[in-house]
Amino acid sequence: MNLTFSQEELEFRDQIRRVFENEFPDDIRVQRDSGVTISPDDQVRFQKWLFERGWSAVNWPKEYGGTGWTPVQKYLFMQELAEVNAPDIVPFGLSMVGPVIYTFGNDDQKQRFLPDILESNVWWCQGYSEPGSGSDLASLKTRADLDGDHYVVNGTKTWTTLAQHADWIFCLVRTNSDVARRQEGISFVLVDMNSPGVSVKPIITIEGEHEVNEVHFEDVRVPVTNLVGEEGKGWTYGKVLLQHERTNIAAVHHSKFRLRRLREQAERSVRGATPLVQNPSFMRKLAAVEVELKALEFTELRTLAAVSAGKAPGPESSILKFVGTEIQQAIDELYVDAAGYYALPFVPEQYAPDFARDERIGEGNETRASSRYFNFRKASIYGGSNEIQKNIVAKHVLGL
Amino acid sequence: MDFSLSEEQQMLEDSVAKYLSNDYDFDTRQRYSGSPKGYSDEVWKQFAELGWTAVPFSEADGGFGYGPVEIMLMMRLFGRGLVVEPYLANVVLAGGALRRSGSDAQKAEWLGGLIAGETQAALAHIEPQSRYELDNVASTAVADDQGYLLSGHKAVVLNGGNADLLIVSARTSGGQNDADGISLFLVPGDADGLTVRRYATVDGQQAAEIEFDNLRVAADACLGEPGQALPVIRSVFDEATLAVCAEAVGIMQVMTEKTVEYSKSRVQFGVPIGSFQALQHRMVDMLTACEQSYSLLLWATMLAADGQEGTAHAISSLKYQIGTAGKKVGQEAVQIHGGMGVTWELDIAHYFKRLTAIGQLFGNADFHLDRLAV
Repeated sequence: MNLTFSQEELEFRDQIRRVFENEFPDDIRVQRDSGVTISPDDQVRFQKWLFERGWSAVNWPKEYGGTGWTPVQKYLFMQELAEVNAPDIVPFGLSMVGPVIYTFGNDDQKQRFLPDILESNVWWCQGYSEPGSGSDLASLKTRADLDGDHYVVNGTKTWTTLAQHADWIFCLVRTNSDVARRQEGISFVLVDMNSPGVSVKPIITIEGEHEVNEVHFEDVRVPVTNLVGEEGKGWTYGKVLLQHERTNIAAVHHSKFRLRRLREQAERSVRGATPLVQNPSFMRKLAAVEVELKALEFTELRTLAAVSAGKAPGPESSILKFVGTEIQQAIDELYVDAAGYYALPFVPEQYAPDFARDERIGEGNETRASSRYFNFRKASIYGGSNEIQKNIVAKHVLGL
Repeated sequence: MDFSLSEEQQMLEDSVAKYLSNDYDFDTRQRYSGSPKGYSDEVWKQFAELGWTAVPFSEADGGFGYGPVEIMLMMRLFGRGLVVEPYLANVVLAGGALRRSGSDAQKAEWLGGLIAGETQAALAHIEPQSRYELDNVASTAVADDQGYLLSGHKAVVLNGGNADLLIVSARTSGGQNDADGISLFLVPGDADGLTVRRYATVDGQQAAEIEFDNLRVAADACLGEPGQALPVIRSVFDEATLAVCAEAVGIMQVMTEKTVEYSKSRVQFGVPIGSFQALQHRMVDMLTACEQSYSLLLWATMLAADGQEGTAHAISSLKYQIGTAGKKVGQEAVQIHGGMGVTWELDIAHYFKRLTAIGQLFGNADFHLDRLAV
């Protein structure tokens, strides 16, 4: 048993750290620290910055332009990424559809799509959920009917994150309704968002932001060359995609960063007030979340060690998603607690990068706390709600 | 980063697992627990023959020179087997103080017997008023030309009623809460002037209230530097905390496994109760509590084994987790077992009681959370 990373791993980490310290775009760092919303242009600029260093496709093998990193290297990279408070990498291209294309796509599709994903030239979004199918994904109704060398797609996808910026969408669609199991007859297709018949309608979420959308398909003609893999096998591909989503699913690094920043905030005295660190009730709650997070960090490292040793991860890996999101939400609550009265102002325009700083409300980022708290109630709902995750663990781990 | 065991560690774990599965079923345990000493002398001798009592002692002292990782491996399995033999009291607590502070002569006199399983020992530090504050010592040791006169009351001394050797803390100087001035003394269990009131504890083990008034000990009975015992006591209690947390993880794991199995066989309304989603999610929560606790156990144990900074913080994190998660797992296991869960007959009830006792030892969840919340 050994608690430390190897010398080579530590050198790798230091190398990454030096690059982040010396080369990370300063203006993006300032935006992140001040809590403003990152614009799509800056998001793309950040991802291109990663690409220029060969770091955009953390999970991909080398032959497709990925890093080819070991699980430990990926872990350390994500840690450094969180430590500089970098924006999240938008997952839909690099973490989701990319791996599906290089695993199940044909050569033509790999050449057409992968380079632009790597370079963040094309913004992807995910067409899974539908108005009638949330956690019960296999009940999806969007259909793709074959007509010559095209599919004709009709239906509605929902909760489509950042579809308003997207150039392409990957969709699970029903190509066959006459099946024994609902999971059959589903196919994985790639759709150009500029196709006639595609329309995007914003859904304003609880905190007042435009993050998700409904995407409507009305007789949208999609070339059969955009079908990935075999017709009717989309469910299997979709599950593989979810496995790729596993890296960093617990968001341990990000939560560690946020807790540390919260502690720093709690230690500061604002205008002579008693700092929050002297409030035992608050500090007990903070300490309890820190313990839970430390446990999850080592639960993730146990998974990592198993995968690195070429073994299948044990039951510990199955709890990462729901414990990780519970912790994220617990931290959100602590930030709201810490904000006091400044949890109240609802002034979304102050998070635009061009909002005059001296007109902003509050001392620090406290007014961000409630919007994040409201928004992140989604974390225990998306990606298969936490109740669904527990159903899965009960069935596959406990054998119930 | 490596969570795998060395060949020696694997052999040690295998030997404990094999013994417990072959020779230590629940009925046997209950019989030992109900015997006058609360454990089996014969089993204790076997522990010694198998080398387990020698684990943390240096090779020079006649041991194997192992550390916290090996203790953790053994204690987790002792938890699974609900072992009542006083490993914690002898090897971790009394043995821990002796090996850290003993002079060559003191170790020569006592350690051999302890490792051979012939001498029973106990660490008598906690007092009725001290709760979890290790510096709170009211017992006194007054020096004179023949040695020391000890007076005081030691509370809930684990294995105290069986001890041939008591390691007793008392103040040679300072006020009741001073860090300086606490000393340890080696006192034979049959010394004149000791009043030992032995009793059973709720977890099927034994402890004692020990009182002494002007008990005479020689000058060479002092263990370590006079007045400087607190750091040693803290270090011993840290290691003991790790040990009971490992035991608790073993108990939580076995309770979760048994509860899941039971829910598959217990039929109500024509179906196994494990098919009810309300119970499934609660058992997933039990599994989660086990995995999270085990993760913290590995972290804290490896920090302690490396002697790294932050060990005390890690141990408090772990003990808080064990206090809260252990309570949750214990209560849920009893609940899902239904009426049978609250019978003396079923092992679940006894696992629950041991888990509850561990929650109270060496600082409960509140105590350790307060240490973290600064």
